[in-house]
Amino acid sequence: MAYESSSYGGGYDDSYEERPELRYGRDAEQQEPDYDTNFVPDAVQSFVVYLYRYIREKNVYEILQMYELNFQKLSERMFKQSPWPAAEAIAPYVDNDHVFCLLYRELWFRHVYARLTPTITQRMDSWDNYCSLFQIILHGNVNMQLPNQWLWDMIDEFIYQFQSFCQYRAKLKTKTEQELALLREYADVWNVYGVLNYLQALIEKSNIIQILEDDKDGGTNFTAQNGYDFQGGGSNVLKVLGYFSIVGLLRVHCLLGDYYCGLKCLLPIDIHQPGVYSNVVGCQITTVYYYVFANLMLRRYVEAIKACNQILLIIHKTKQDHQASSQFQQILKKNEQLYALLAICLSLCPQGKLVDETVNSQLREKQGEKMLRMQRNDEAVFDELFSFACPKFITPSPPNYDELVNYNQDAYRLQLKLFLSEVRQQQLLSSIRSYLKLYSAIPISKLASFMDVDEPTLRMALLTYKHKTHVLDYEGRIMSNADVDFYIDKDVVQIVDSKVTKRHGDYFIRHILKFEELIGVLESVQL
Amino acid sequence: MQRDRLVATPERDVAPQYTMEQIVAVNPYNPDILPDLEAYVHEQVNHQTYSLDTNLCLLRLYQFEPSRMNIQIVARILVKALMALPAPDFNLCMFLIPEKLQMEEPFLTLITLAHFLETARFRDFWDEAERNRQILEVVPGFEQAIQRFALHVLSLSYQRLPRLVLAEAINMEGLSLDKFLEHQVVNNGWSVEKAPGGGQIIGLPANEHNYPELKKNIADSIPLEHVSKLFPVLT
Repeated sequence: MAYESSSYGGGYDDSYEERPELRYGRDAEQQEPDYDTNFVPDAVQSFVVYLYRYIREKNVYEILQMYELNFQKLSERMFKQSPWPAAEAIAPYVDNDHVFCLLYRELWFRHVYARLTPTITQRMDSWDNYCSLFQIILHGNVNMQLPNQWLWDMIDEFIYQFQSFCQYRAKLKTKTEQELALLREYADVWNVYGVLNYLQALIEKSNIIQILEDDKDGGTNFTAQNGYDFQGGGSNVLKVLGYFSIVGLLRVHCLLGDYYCGLKCLLPIDIHQPGVYSNVVGCQITTVYYYVFANLMLRRYVEAIKACNQILLIIHKTKQDHQASSQFQQILKKNEQLYALLAICLSLCPQGKLVDETVNSQLREKQGEKMLRMQRNDEAVFDELFSFACPKFITPSPPNYDELVNYNQDAYRLQLKLFLSEVRQQQLLSSIRSYLKLYSAIPISKLASFMDVDEPTLRMALLTYKHKTHVLDYEGRIMSNADVDFYIDKDVVQIVDSKVTKRHGDYFIRHILKFEELIGVLESVQL
Repeated sequence: MQRDRLVATPERDVAPQYTMEQIVAVNPYNPDILPDLEAYVHEQVNHQTYSLDTNLCLLRLYQFEPSRMNIQIVARILVKALMALPAPDFNLCMFLIPEKLQMEEPFLTLITLAHFLETARFRDFWDEAERNRQILEVVPGFEQAIQRFALHVLSLSYQRLPRLVLAEAINMEGLSLDKFLEHQVVNNGWSVEKAPGGGQIIGLPANEHNYPELKKNIADSIPLEHVSKLFPVLT
């Protein structure tokens, strides 16, 4: 349910601008609400009573039903344009349970963000609510089992609201005196240190990094049990929140332009293996999206292409399963953004053989024409696809409130500019590449005349090609990303014969598996 | 927000034996360590050491609190990052530095220098570096680091190259280049031969990039022997 409110990240043209808070400006705050948040309809009363009961019974399956379906249905039916009843009003039906009220309020704010215009006070109250909730989870003894989906949505929404707040604060031109006064007075609200330190604290306190390490040796079974803890009578909440906070840190770092540290934060999770993250589809897509984007910015194109290919295949295969889900639109959106990122990566590093046939044909259909233009160094297309597919970068520091300017595009413009200057540095490479493909050896003077540049310029371009196609991996080893490689002996470029070694072994294994599967099916047929 | 409750106290007071890297690892988002990180930049400059992680952490703290930004230190970090080429560190730093600042000196010059290096325009680079000695010479080891990078790119590309191309890339000529070559021939497997039309041809030592036949086939495919082991269990 969370995704209608929290898009998982990208694109300047997407839902953020269409959100009601922007559509209607801020008139809404001035109006007297025409609903009574103290009135609790019967349906809501029974909703909270049952949800409370299932949480106490640790009935994860029923909690998930209530959370995913019933909340959604009730919102649709009764609270399309108004908030749910206030937490204070439902408290009597749930024994005034403090933790339950915090959870309820978290849903309450999420609903406001998704369907209404959050006022500055609501933004601030929501921050306070997250603080109280995380403090209790970090320092109290929370004894619940909550669905992973819900816990992921919590982290996802926490970061979404942080990002939304940064964007909101960055539009100073249209702020009222009262808003400015509040922003000035409560500088700690949605403060970037606070956000990062909560995520970091959840990771540390949950000991999740050690748990994942032990998991590899079979010492624990966090992954095998999908993060739940049924035997010990324990709680999955802190552990799983810690786990999702790892992805959260990757995302926040990417929003700040800090790709290197983002990827470093993600290291405890191996995205080439299934894990707890891949059992929540929104989390899996978010993780891989930011992973791909960070690798693109670090010029690790091959890594980006591989991960992109993998997730696009998964989305392709499972798309129909999510059709009914409220996340479906978000999945489609991320799907398009990932194709745009893949198109950029392949234009800078044409390793088409890394891409699966299904993905490739989709890619040609969606981005084929743009890829051709990128091959011809059409910078406008790089600009367009980057802007469409990039995350919503933020400026984390509070502004100078005496200078009422909008600076909400600053962070995005900087990242775009740096990306385009990288593209410009590589602009001769695609034509070098296309010539090298035609020859097994070619004198530098001849290649220079083909490319219409002088010899020293060509020598520099060839060195640039080498530099840009060789990156350092995590261990500092030089890795080649080149699809066509060469070396120069004196004045002649020798092109390396890039015969693909046939992988007979893999081929046989694949067919043995297929055959086994087929036999299995045949044996199960009852005649 | 209870920031103070969440972050650990900086370890420096209690346990001075921790390295700056370790302190950053446990306090990645702690503004209190900013002065130590700044001091550590000076230490890296003076002792010719380098730590990307701690420098990025400092740039991050500047990004969160721009009023505390020290321009001179940012410039030092960027010079150090240039010296880390071929690693992409310069760009990693630039992603975190406000665009407004990037439009000012000395950052404009540093961006130009980085651009020349990224596009292997070594002649232009050395000329520009010469004109801006005041930014660069405060960081010991700068010239050697760039020469190392130039040699790295050359040895990715060339088996043998004209002396002039080498001279331009590492900014050496005449006697000092002769001496350098002599040293490389004795110690690092270089060779020097006469070119037919006069001048010298320099042979660089072999690596898997300039002699691709040295490339080990590291394709992670499954060897046939392993497949054959499966046959007995197949029905």
